[in-house]
Amino acid sequence: MHNSVQTTIMSSSQQTTATSQDIENSIDSRAETDIVPPIEAGAHLDDDDRRRVFDFMLQTREFDLAMLRLYRQGRAFGGVYSQMGNEATAVATAYALQEQDVLFPMHRDIGAHFVRGQSLHALMLNHLARKGSMMRGTDGTGHYADPDKRIYGNISHLGAMIPVAAGFLMASRLKGEDCVAMTYIGDGGSQIGDFHEAMNLAAVQNLPLIVIIENNQYAYSTPNSESFACERLSDRALGYGCHGVTVDGTNPEAVYDACFEAIRNARGGGGPALIETVSMRMRGHAEHDDFSYVPREVIEYWGRRDPVDRYEKLVLERKIMTADEIAARRKEISSQMNAVIDEVVELPFPDAEEGFKNIFMD
Amino acid sequence: MPTMTYLEAISDALRTEMHRDESVFILGEDVAGFGGAFRITKGFVEDFGKRRVINTPISETAIIGAAIGAALNGMRPVVEMQFMDFVTNGFNQLANVAATTAYRWGIPVPMLVRGPAGGGVGGGPFHSRNSEAWFAHTPGIKVVCPSSAADAKGLTTAAIRDNNPVVMFEHKGLYRKIREDVPEGEYMVPLGEARTVRSGNDASVITYGSMVFTAREAAEKLAQEEGADIEIIDIRTLVPFDEEAVLASVRKTGRALVAHEATLTGGFAGEIAARLADKCFEFLDAPIRRVAAFDSPTPFAPTLERAVLPSVDVVTKALRELLEY
Repeated sequence: MHNSVQTTIMSSSQQTTATSQDIENSIDSRAETDIVPPIEAGAHLDDDDRRRVFDFMLQTREFDLAMLRLYRQGRAFGGVYSQMGNEATAVATAYALQEQDVLFPMHRDIGAHFVRGQSLHALMLNHLARKGSMMRGTDGTGHYADPDKRIYGNISHLGAMIPVAAGFLMASRLKGEDCVAMTYIGDGGSQIGDFHEAMNLAAVQNLPLIVIIENNQYAYSTPNSESFACERLSDRALGYGCHGVTVDGTNPEAVYDACFEAIRNARGGGGPALIETVSMRMRGHAEHDDFSYVPREVIEYWGRRDPVDRYEKLVLERKIMTADEIAARRKEISSQMNAVIDEVVELPFPDAEEGFKNIFMD
Repeated sequence: MPTMTYLEAISDALRTEMHRDESVFILGEDVAGFGGAFRITKGFVEDFGKRRVINTPISETAIIGAAIGAALNGMRPVVEMQFMDFVTNGFNQLANVAATTAYRWGIPVPMLVRGPAGGGVGGGPFHSRNSEAWFAHTPGIKVVCPSSAADAKGLTTAAIRDNNPVVMFEHKGLYRKIREDVPEGEYMVPLGEARTVRSGNDASVITYGSMVFTAREAAEKLAQEEGADIEIIDIRTLVPFDEEAVLASVRKTGRALVAHEATLTGGFAGEIAARLADKCFEFLDAPIRRVAAFDSPTPFAPTLERAVLPSVDVVTKALRELLEY
């Protein structure tokens, strides 16, 4: 194995990348002086792709708004973990995968589920723990697996699925299958031992594993300054002997290009990659959390970098969609979501006997 | 029928299954080339190649996690823990990922985590542990504790072919101590079937692992000295638990001693005793007795270790009291 070991900050369209330090230094910036650079077209998406990526981002945003409504109405079940601020990352990462590749998403990656073709109906059944859901009521949210769509959800113990994804690839190799795995972890979760062990194993075994660190500034209430002391989380790639890059997680063009290149390299035998996407969790850890521990200036700073708003500007500028078309599409998605929700909330919970099944497989 | 040590029997089962089924592969620390700390996989990498006999970094979480991922992708991985003590480093993967996957996803996770456990060899607190009860207390994991060479082979085979996560505790004290007849070729002992090691009518010893030998010595001694007729049931697997065999034995003898080398409090003997009390109380002629290790870490010096681990004398005394009650 002769990987060219490198940790880079991507140039050109990704120059807007901010590190945690940059953000800390800039939280005093005011709206009038804080210039948000426009998203520029990257190297690997074409306008057809952009239309689709933007549409998946709209679906993700509308899904989030729908879940928030359910929560406020007291009709949601369990925790509601917002996707807000992570739409560009969740969608553009998964969009870089091929059909035979496998996705091990985290709880703020619903956008990636849409990209993999997961139906809203199936997601809602699961989120609301209704009869007929993929996990029969044994668990909920994004914890499900759907092998047909090559999706294997996370458990709540952060980092636990990274070695699982690595092992999935060891099996692919034994079977002679072309398969890349993409998995996700946060600024908080990347401090757990599983992350380290899995990155190292993947590097030693030269596995095509793409690990996305969604650096959204807070691990529940803990700021990055209390979670890690390195400048960029992707710097760790150097220590593992794999590729590492930090990109602006609110810019789908930058995220996609980084993933495209990492996947191409990994598929060609170049080993794993660590991609840090820098963004902000724009809601609490879950909806019970008012995230009052986040300074107002930080919310405002990132509010001006809303991924959907930023990408909409590029979509309009390149005349991929008109403002009217976007408004109509948003409305269409929203009414489709509401229709599915109205149907699913009326469904019964699973039969109690499901709780006694499948402890073991025959 | 060839004779093999307990260790050779496990090795033979692994080799036979790897020849039979291409989806079986091995990963663990030092398993390739060196053949593992106890040389169970010696020569495997030469026969099966580096892709099926994989040396890993010292990363129990990643090793067990990777096995889960490989199992999800259609393989039957066998993980060697260099010592079963170190399974604690990968506990989350077993207890929270492997154990819940069938329940939550309906997808099988056929994998075997195996390695040397048990004390009596001067291993000290970190190379002697008997932690089978932790796993028996985790629904979704099968727990195997072979006590004979033939069982070691047959249970290894069954564990590999099982569609669930299986944890197998091999007693390192038995590895080279016993040499017995072991069937050639493919040989399977189904998980969940207890074995009657010794038939008797006066009292039942319910046990597993190395304590089968301790109990046998105690039973022989009592047979010679007092003409006592002791039955010994080796449960072989804690999960699944052959409750019927245990109940049948105690219903016959009316007296029960439950014994294991693991520490007493929270040990699996408590579970067995509870089931006996629940399901054959009216057959009992004496209170159920338990023999287990003293509730301490396993100490290093032989004087200390001998003192805390259950011995033939302790079992003999407990049996004598049981018979005299």
